[in-house]
Amino acid sequence: MKAMTEVNSVGSARKSFDPIFERGLKFVAILVMSLLILIIFFLYQLAAPAIHEYGWGFMFKSDWNPAKLIFGAYPFIHGTLITSLFALALSVPVSIGTALFLTEIASRQVAAVIGFLVELLAAIPSVVYGLWGLTVLAPRVRVTVQPWLSEHLSFIPGFSGMPYGVGVFSASIVLAIMITPTITSIAREVFRAVPHAQREAALAIGATHSEMIWLSVVRVSWSGVFGAVVLGLGRALGETMAVTMLIGNRNEVANSLFSPAQTMASLIANEYPEATNPLHIGALAYIGLILFGISFIVQGLARRIVNRVANPSGGGA
Amino acid sequence: MPLMTARSNLWAFGLRVGLVLGSLAGFGGSAAQAASRLSITGAGATFPYPLYLKWMSEFQKKNTAVELNYQSIGSGGGIRQLLKKTVDYGASDAPMKDDQLKEAKLQIFHFPTVMGAVALTYNIPGVTQSLKITPEIVADLFFGKIYYWDDAKIQTLNPEVKLPHVPTLVVYRADGSGTTAVFTEYLSRVSPTWKEKIGAGTSVKWPVGIGGKGNEGVTGFIKNFPGALGYVELLYAEKNHLPVAQMKNREGNFIKPSSDSVTAAAAAYLKDIPADFRFSLTNAPGKESYPIASFTYLLIYKKNPAAISTTLKEYLNWIYLDGQKLAAELYYAPLPKDLLDRVRTQISQVE
Repeated sequence: MKAMTEVNSVGSARKSFDPIFERGLKFVAILVMSLLILIIFFLYQLAAPAIHEYGWGFMFKSDWNPAKLIFGAYPFIHGTLITSLFALALSVPVSIGTALFLTEIASRQVAAVIGFLVELLAAIPSVVYGLWGLTVLAPRVRVTVQPWLSEHLSFIPGFSGMPYGVGVFSASIVLAIMITPTITSIAREVFRAVPHAQREAALAIGATHSEMIWLSVVRVSWSGVFGAVVLGLGRALGETMAVTMLIGNRNEVANSLFSPAQTMASLIANEYPEATNPLHIGALAYIGLILFGISFIVQGLARRIVNRVANPSGGGA
Repeated sequence: MPLMTARSNLWAFGLRVGLVLGSLAGFGGSAAQAASRLSITGAGATFPYPLYLKWMSEFQKKNTAVELNYQSIGSGGGIRQLLKKTVDYGASDAPMKDDQLKEAKLQIFHFPTVMGAVALTYNIPGVTQSLKITPEIVADLFFGKIYYWDDAKIQTLNPEVKLPHVPTLVVYRADGSGTTAVFTEYLSRVSPTWKEKIGAGTSVKWPVGIGGKGNEGVTGFIKNFPGALGYVELLYAEKNHLPVAQMKNREGNFIKPSSDSVTAAAAAYLKDIPADFRFSLTNAPGKESYPIASFTYLLIYKKNPAAISTTLKEYLNWIYLDGQKLAAELYYAPLPKDLLDRVRTQISQVE
């Protein structure tokens, strides 16, 4: 009898902890949600003068002159998208290739070492990437890389222009290096998750090693890899420090890969601390909202595609 | 717990959290009042930050009961914080505009603390000398009308220097900055075309060139890119061992930026400087005046909380006595004597 009641009382004490625990979890979840709403609200309030002045047309105006209080966001939207997409184009083949090498070809020890080194790239602070880009990469782009590319590829529009060294090209290269560890490590996890039996099945029906990798690893991992790429894109869109140091900070639409330009994040970092006019501050906050919106759309789109690709096959990816 | 009530509780809970956070954000401004007993907090311009740090530490050695703080968040930020009253004083390189002063409702004094020079610096292969430059050449360079360093305009002015056939590359400050405001103010004064097409301000629409972030960013570009030129605070050019140009002033003399030539500019302008000290020192008259110079200001309300007003005035008096002597070693220019007297009169009006 005595033992029974003891057990019961312990049980009820433990049970009465449950609601507190649940409430705690609820609280932090709501906290995160309210923070998001508050940030949007704060940005909107700050942006209000510019929103009232320009409306939606703000996104398509390409003149930005704070001294004359003329503002338009197009050059920065353009700059952000072009650097991020170019960085993706450079990074995706390298990242996915590395991930495949690590899971399918390298021995366990080699994969451990290389995998660690790739992840170490993510640990380098972005200001260090910026410094490296400024002192090592950009001068070489200016003297060697750009003249060579301009000479051999000038028939493609976008490969001409003054050799500045800094600009879309240099910023994209550094961005590509920065997002490579993100894409590589997620793609690697995705490839790792492919069941071994699937690989063996491909080999059993007479596939070569490369056919096996294509058929049973890459094709079934498409949605996961896409998710990895989008996460990389997300990082590239918002990256500020390294881009600010390398983009050339020119408030104009880049007409060449080598033109100096400006991204939304770098513009805000550059101009906000010294902005005093409410319309100038508003225009910067409006750009912050647009950047927020673009990231939101990219993430949402990625989710839809991942779901659509993942669901019809029936296997939860 | 049934699902429905759990849901509605969740929303009520969320609303409460939101309200709490909202009120926190709304009342953040009153923090400065609570902390104002013996600590005095300022925020603003980055350009005088090294000197202000030195001043604060020297002043606190003698006044151990006082705690001075200064956050170098930029002139624009300093003005915004002052208007919101989250700081006890603001600091700015450019004087406040009329509409900003109106927004404050209460009277604000401008205290010019020291002056600084903006130097034109460059990286031309094989050239370590100080080039002679005229206002027309500066405007042409920043309009992108001079393509190579061996341009006839620059070469004839500097016959003793062998200028190479290297393209020019303009580097400007990408971040909004008082340095840019001073430099574009100068260009607007010497070039009507610049005034009309570009104008003056902390950020402008540059006709050509690339932008570096901060004085460090600009000097970084100039050091790494042969042919580059730009404008920086004198301190940064000196510390990076970059050559600086001698600028032709209004009297036709070519003057190097220095503590003395900036003080000379203020002395030459003395009669023109208005009672509230809001004044641009660019393109000064006087034979020895360097033409691209500016004040930097502390912004102080006329009426201050009783607790800090005595100490604040002590600090101001110290700045204009001992503080001035510390300026030159950090490449800032002390105020000329006659101006010091006028500033001291203003200190007595602070309450």
